[in-house]
Amino acid sequence: MLYRENGQFKSSYRADQQVFPILQDRVFMLALLAMAFAVVPLLASEYFFRAILIPFLILSLAALGLNILVGYCGQISLGTGAFMAVGAYAAYNFHVRIEGMPLIASLLLGGLCATVVGVLFGVPSLRIKGLYLAVATLAAQFFLDWAFLRINWLTNNSASGSVSVAGLDVFGLPVESAVQKYLLCLTLLVLFAMLAKNLVRSAIGREWMAIRDMDVAAAVIGIRPVYAKLTAFAVSSFIVGVAGALWGFVHLSTWEPAAFNIDRSFQLLFMVIIGGLGSIMGSFFGAAFIVLLPIVLNQIPGWFGISMSTALASHLEFMIFGALIVFFLIVEPHGLARLWSTAKEKLRLWPFPH
Amino acid sequence: MGFFLETLFGGLMVGMLYSLIAIGFVLIYKASGVFNFAQGAMVLFAALAMARFAEWFPRWLGFESKVLANLLAFVAAMAVMIVVAWLIERLALSRLVNQEGITLLMATLGIAYFLDGLGQTLFGNDIYKIDVGMPKEPLMVLESTFQGGLLLSQEDLIAAGVAAALVAVLALFFQKTATGRALRAVADDHQAAQSIGIPLNRIWVIVWSVAGFAALVAGIIWGSKLGVQFSLSLVALKALPVVILGGLTSVPGAIIGGLLIGVGEKLSEIYLGPMLGGGIEIWFAYVLALVFLLVRPQGLFGEKIIDRV
Repeated sequence: MLYRENGQFKSSYRADQQVFPILQDRVFMLALLAMAFAVVPLLASEYFFRAILIPFLILSLAALGLNILVGYCGQISLGTGAFMAVGAYAAYNFHVRIEGMPLIASLLLGGLCATVVGVLFGVPSLRIKGLYLAVATLAAQFFLDWAFLRINWLTNNSASGSVSVAGLDVFGLPVESAVQKYLLCLTLLVLFAMLAKNLVRSAIGREWMAIRDMDVAAAVIGIRPVYAKLTAFAVSSFIVGVAGALWGFVHLSTWEPAAFNIDRSFQLLFMVIIGGLGSIMGSFFGAAFIVLLPIVLNQIPGWFGISMSTALASHLEFMIFGALIVFFLIVEPHGLARLWSTAKEKLRLWPFPH
Repeated sequence: MGFFLETLFGGLMVGMLYSLIAIGFVLIYKASGVFNFAQGAMVLFAALAMARFAEWFPRWLGFESKVLANLLAFVAAMAVMIVVAWLIERLALSRLVNQEGITLLMATLGIAYFLDGLGQTLFGNDIYKIDVGMPKEPLMVLESTFQGGLLLSQEDLIAAGVAAALVAVLALFFQKTATGRALRAVADDHQAAQSIGIPLNRIWVIVWSVAGFAALVAGIIWGSKLGVQFSLSLVALKALPVVILGGLTSVPGAIIGGLLIGVGEKLSEIYLGPMLGGGIEIWFAYVLALVFLLVRPQGLFGEKIIDRV
């Protein structure tokens, strides 16, 4: 009953085309943002920031980037981890090699490098499709993993590609404590989410979706597959690259190539599929689910007072994780975002039956 | 020349082993359109079952004979794989009919996690040995032709023989039996097969069991070479470029793709590796497959992909 659009008249195109056309959505979003920016920093504990919130924000950003490629443009990629690595190591190189490079500029330049690499590995998508492409993108994953391990120049000659950064600041404000890191990630995430949302509503976004639904038909009606696919790769890799740079700089601060291995790629793909392909909101749900699941699974034996060996616990965690993934795919193949929209549908009538 | 040939043979042998895993992928993809990421986990699971049963049976039943232990373990492991196949079909795939390829792919990834966890919970997570009595000593051949002759591992030769036998058995099964015919019918067209009375669900259980059998054979051979441990599950990642290089729908493609990748990998490591800093085995197979796909997007022997609007 509370959530309904009755009586909200649009008198201009502008009003009709806004991102959240319904007043309640706008209020909810603003409340959520106010909560995230103002209330959470006051309440959350250090552990909560470091173990849950910061990984969640950064992985949401990466999932958002991947969702543009997989969910909106329909090009399956298993090389996301590698593009994150490109972002992280490129940003690192800019940060270390150029004296006085601002942090934000390093992050964005890292993203740009990831864009270039992403477009390069996206070129085969013009010819290779579907599952063949998925496996072909693994080439990017393994090649780049190897490159960061073996080509010393890329890692500023550090042994085994392990690098670290310290003393970060943004426009003179230090990024040291958990709260500051959280706020930096949150700001970037909100900016990129708005950018992505508006991109997918625009002409280019519609081209991506046309390509996703059927690329031959899209080409027939005058959409250039080359342009559409490569822009999707570019935008996606840029966001993923920035997320990778944040993951390295802000979350890990010391990292090696293994932080961005193939498991990371699978993890991100799980996020976008469980969250919902082709949904900005879904990326957040998926990231929250995948970040929280192992933490919750770890806690459960403790709640029941069962103690078990770490090996057994980790195997059980594997089993439950796998089973839950299959379960979710069976129950809601369109992801958590679909549940969200179903819930909103229901809310329009609630608490009345009709 | 001798060295080159040795590398070549080494590559062929490794390639044969990749093919063993790749065949499992192809069987399932052909029959159900599922890209089975769990094949590696199935190899690990089967190998663990085999290794542990061979250890447990003599203790439980009180006999000494190694041959008997291995035989019993093989039968038991096969039974376990059939149960696994049945459960996968029952609990997961039959509920995911008509979903998109990527959803199915993710589901098999979930299954892979589950099997990895289950296998290590049930059978333990140490490194186990499978000892089926493969000779370990290397074999010298062609000593008269080359100086120093060629050094071949007998183990590899036997493995290659087993792989060839497996392929022959599978080919016979597919071509000559009623079940095999039904499998091919399903692979060609699900709906048409169903309309003439072929039960899809049962066919899928059979296909997954056959893939389980292929996984078991691969697991035994890899396991007796490297020991049964978690890394076995990652070997399957090596089989992926083999599958796409050969074509997702072709069993001969899996074999030839495997041989190409095996040889390419070994030769590149020896001749290109030093120039690039070594360790290029990890990505070479993928890049080779990628370059190949640019020329033939459906792989070597895959069905031509036709887009209809």
